[in-house]
Amino acid sequence: MKILVPVKRVIDYNVKPRVKADGSGVDLANVKMSMNPFDEIAVEEAIRLKEKGVATEVIAVSIGVAKAQETLRTALAMGADRAILIQTDDEVEPLGVAKLLAKVQEEEGAGLIILGKQAIDDDSNQTGQMLAALLGLPQGTFASKVEVADGNVNVTREVDGGLETVKLTLPAIVTTDLRLNEPRYASLPNIMKAKSKPLAQKTPADYGVDTSARLETLKVVEPAKRSAGVKVADVDELVAKLKALGVAA
Amino acid sequence: MSKTLVWVEHEGGVVKDATLSAVTAAGKLGEVHLLVAGQGVDGVAAEAARIAGVGKVHVADDAAFGHALAENVAPLIVALMEHHDAFVAPATSNGKNIAPRVAALLDVMQISDILSVESEDTFTRPIYAGNAIATVKSKDAKKVITVRGTAFEKAAKEGGNGVVEAVASTGDKGLSSFVGAEIAKLERPELTSAKIIVSGGRALKDGETFEQVIFPLADKLGAAVGASRAAVDAGYVPNDYQVGQTGKIVAPEVYVAVGISGAIQHLAGMKDSKTIIAINKDEDAPIFQVADYGLVGDLFKVVPELTGKL
Repeated sequence: MKILVPVKRVIDYNVKPRVKADGSGVDLANVKMSMNPFDEIAVEEAIRLKEKGVATEVIAVSIGVAKAQETLRTALAMGADRAILIQTDDEVEPLGVAKLLAKVQEEEGAGLIILGKQAIDDDSNQTGQMLAALLGLPQGTFASKVEVADGNVNVTREVDGGLETVKLTLPAIVTTDLRLNEPRYASLPNIMKAKSKPLAQKTPADYGVDTSARLETLKVVEPAKRSAGVKVADVDELVAKLKALGVAA
Repeated sequence: MSKTLVWVEHEGGVVKDATLSAVTAAGKLGEVHLLVAGQGVDGVAAEAARIAGVGKVHVADDAAFGHALAENVAPLIVALMEHHDAFVAPATSNGKNIAPRVAALLDVMQISDILSVESEDTFTRPIYAGNAIATVKSKDAKKVITVRGTAFEKAAKEGGNGVVEAVASTGDKGLSSFVGAEIAKLERPELTSAKIIVSGGRALKDGETFEQVIFPLADKLGAAVGASRAAVDAGYVPNDYQVGQTGKIVAPEVYVAVGISGAIQHLAGMKDSKTIIAINKDEDAPIFQVADYGLVGDLFKVVPELTGKL
């Protein structure tokens, strides 16, 4: 069974994003970029399934600028076998990404497609569900446990009230939540090895997919700032404040 | 007038509050119709029909919809969308699971987690963990939207007189089935609708200490209990306690952050709280930059003292 793992190059999660002065977006010039954290978890899960003998090949796919190659090399260094870059300088929305991934899946015929549940830049949380819809496949979103057995996959999902487990027929789409696993760091020898692993270069046109934007961003602003309040000296002063707020008798 | 279909989130035969915020958002787009899907949901439908401002209530009663499996529910919604201009769901785990599947089937780009309705096609939504707010305009003929509950007033639960109408089931697609759930039994108010929240961070050391320090304070205040991602990852409390970018988004009257440093991912989930109180031993912790009242001190001494004095 092949596993397809889409990965996205995003702002590093430790960097505080700055809104551009002209309101056109977030300033990404000279900002550290990394693999979307949820996608790292997806890569890790795919590799673990390969190590367990469930999967035979792990293919990483990225849609984005030329530098998304670095993100794919990270996936290869973690243990993916080969990579596909669908290169475009345009921002591709989740619907367009899902359409491209559906075409990749038509060629690859993977048994599982594991994606991050959301990217930490646009916070959309859509691509996995959209891909499942386009392919007519079941979806196990926000996964904290994935078990493949007898042509099915059991996915334990993090839901508002706790945990829920669903059984899906294969092939299936899984999107990862934070507690699915802890991604490994790539070792130096593996980083070196990753440089010679195959990385295919494609464009959206190769797949005949129209990725033009459906949403127009009119402006991007900073949220209303909270100003720091006061420090209270001791517990008694805090109790007085709580009483003033009407939450303590 | 355009018609909007709202997904009714329900549990244990009761309409959940997140639905009420979605109804308010939908009301800004036009006539509000509801969809109640599930098994044995007559009571939910009757309750939903009483929500203020509701026109029609579509009811799909079938075992296939019993656990809101997206594979079965999405085709039902798509069928109803023939006669609606927008689909609105609360940005709950159910809404987030279902809405994008509907959007893709309709060939529509979803607008996630909206904070406001600027016009029939223009909305604001948070990006980058709420560090930026984007105003986006949709070019799609039909809209698919999820709604951030804390950003909209809840519609009144009574006062409406919706017409309940049964819709044909689209059946079980045979792709997925429900195996089981571990749903936490709530002894305290629910996080997303609580007026007061007490949250703990990694500084609480372990699960037992978390319970001993945080729970008594929460109970004194009649508060819900939340946690930072660090505390959840460390296993102090289950995942449904998590407040933050990828956990629950809350905006209570009072949010008490105990031993939480204030990573941007956590702030993203609680910075719209009306009053924020922070207790932390590190006076430079970023949480103090958003706190209305900060107390620098050892939480193991300060919190029991506070609990005792309330």
